[in-house]
Amino acid sequence: MTRNLTSTTAQPVLHWLADWWRLIHLGAVILVLALSPSSYRRDNRLQMVWHIYRNTAPILLSFSVVSALVTVVLTRIVLTTALSYGLTQYALQVLIRVLVLELIPLTAALFVALRSTIPDGAEIAALHANGQWAQMRTSGQDPLRREVLPRVVAGLLAGVTLAALSSIVALVVAYAVGYGFTLSGLPAYTRMFGQVFSPAVSLILVLKTVLFSLAVSLIPMASALYGLRGLYGASVRTSTDMHALVRMFSVLLLIEVASLVGNYY
Amino acid sequence: MSSKPPIDPAAQDVPTNVSHLELKAKLLMVFMVLLLSLSALYVMYARGAFDETQRLVLMAEDSEGVVVGMDLTFSGFPIGRVHGIELAEDGKARLLIDVTAKDAHWLRTSSIFTLVRGIVGSPAIRAYTGIPTDPPLPGGAVRTVLQGDTSAEIPKVIAAAKVLIENLTELTSSGSPTSALLSNLQTTTQRLNGPGGAMTVLLGGEAEAKKVMQTLERTNALLARLDSLTAKADTQVFGEQGLMPKTRATVDQLNALLGDARTSLQKVDAVLKDAQVISGNAKDASADLGALRGEVDASLRKVQGLVTEINRKWPFARDTEIKLP
Repeated sequence: MTRNLTSTTAQPVLHWLADWWRLIHLGAVILVLALSPSSYRRDNRLQMVWHIYRNTAPILLSFSVVSALVTVVLTRIVLTTALSYGLTQYALQVLIRVLVLELIPLTAALFVALRSTIPDGAEIAALHANGQWAQMRTSGQDPLRREVLPRVVAGLLAGVTLAALSSIVALVVAYAVGYGFTLSGLPAYTRMFGQVFSPAVSLILVLKTVLFSLAVSLIPMASALYGLRGLYGASVRTSTDMHALVRMFSVLLLIEVASLVGNYY
Repeated sequence: MSSKPPIDPAAQDVPTNVSHLELKAKLLMVFMVLLLSLSALYVMYARGAFDETQRLVLMAEDSEGVVVGMDLTFSGFPIGRVHGIELAEDGKARLLIDVTAKDAHWLRTSSIFTLVRGIVGSPAIRAYTGIPTDPPLPGGAVRTVLQGDTSAEIPKVIAAAKVLIENLTELTSSGSPTSALLSNLQTTTQRLNGPGGAMTVLLGGEAEAKKVMQTLERTNALLARLDSLTAKADTQVFGEQGLMPKTRATVDQLNALLGDARTSLQKVDAVLKDAQVISGNAKDASADLGALRGEVDASLRKVQGLVTEINRKWPFARDTEIKLP
């Protein structure tokens, strides 16, 4: 009886650990495939360029516009508040830290997840469901290389591109709102930017953006491939997709917390 | 199940309606690489990676609040930034500062560096150059930074204020010297308002004040008498029959007398001159008289010789003595 109880409590934990192991294993396999030249043969390359284009191009403009609008609003709020407290010299520095270092990479990753990688995961799950996955295997093709690798690489590149472009747009808009349409404030702005972006902060930003993109690209794929069930198993209330989403948010949160610890402690 | 036709995923997934798909994807990749490269270059530029710099070492007692990348400002303009912070062998903090070469000429050998901490915000490192004609600061120069700390001054100010408040409390407490002083002041003001006023305050009592008043009255009377005395003396001295007119008349007479005396003296002077002339003449006469006597003497000798001759020749006359006339 006691043995049964122990096994029933340990089993979900073991499943949960196994899920994480599968995720890490998939990441390693994808990395190896991404680094192997055979993955870039003509037929695979077509798949890859298509996914790269599809995951990035349609959302690039819309996300940049949204970023610009949010930046304008936040800049006005921060500047007005700083002005009322007589702390305007710190306003733009606070904005750069909040927007470029924290908000934009996270938002870009979530945007890519919602618009590209979660639907990609659904496509992979559909391939599984309608038997195409098995059929590809029987026909001698590697579906991991052919279907998963392009989607993961596309998600990764989309996350990085969106974060980079939106950060630049936010920097330009914050400058325009703070100094107006003049170049006279550029030296001071550049100097302040340089003070914020110390080597450690820059490294943490790059790592965080890459890890965010990797997380939002990989977790939906792993969920579709292995049917990750989470700690409490699949039930009516928690579908596999929902588990993937929760897992993804958890990973994003962990990365964000780690970056905050790295930046401010 | 085995009757299903084989599926070509590539043909199924990749749509053919996107023209130049590969080119667009490549452009996207190039765009991303460009974005990342430009961002990296901008960060490096903002961090001063491309600036030619000159090293300056500032020695500070305490490097608290100083961070790498902090600006060194001159007249409010950033001319350098903190490159590193080290602990020196003497326990002080060594702030290694990279001053941009184009702005290094603002720093001279006589420049002063300060590290000021405000209540809000990070500390500020500032440079001041009083004599711009001094020689430029050489590279690798080590200077001591003057430190000012606003927040560190607050406890001192509070301690000083506490002592001040304690002193004030002691001063204003009942039985304190100030309280006694105030009560004395009250008594004094009461006396000032009472009969005698300030005189009572100065002399200590009403009786003394009355004595002084009497003295003053007597002095007044004395002054009145002195006044009349002076008027009389004035009449005596300067009146018509006073001393001064008579003296003046006497002086006039004396003047006239002196005039007469001067005239008499002039006459005496003329007499004396005449007497001098006379005496001169007498002197000349006495000189002539000598010559005359010589001549008489010579004549007498001649006469004597002649008589002697006659006597020798004249026998009748025995008496050879010749009587002089």
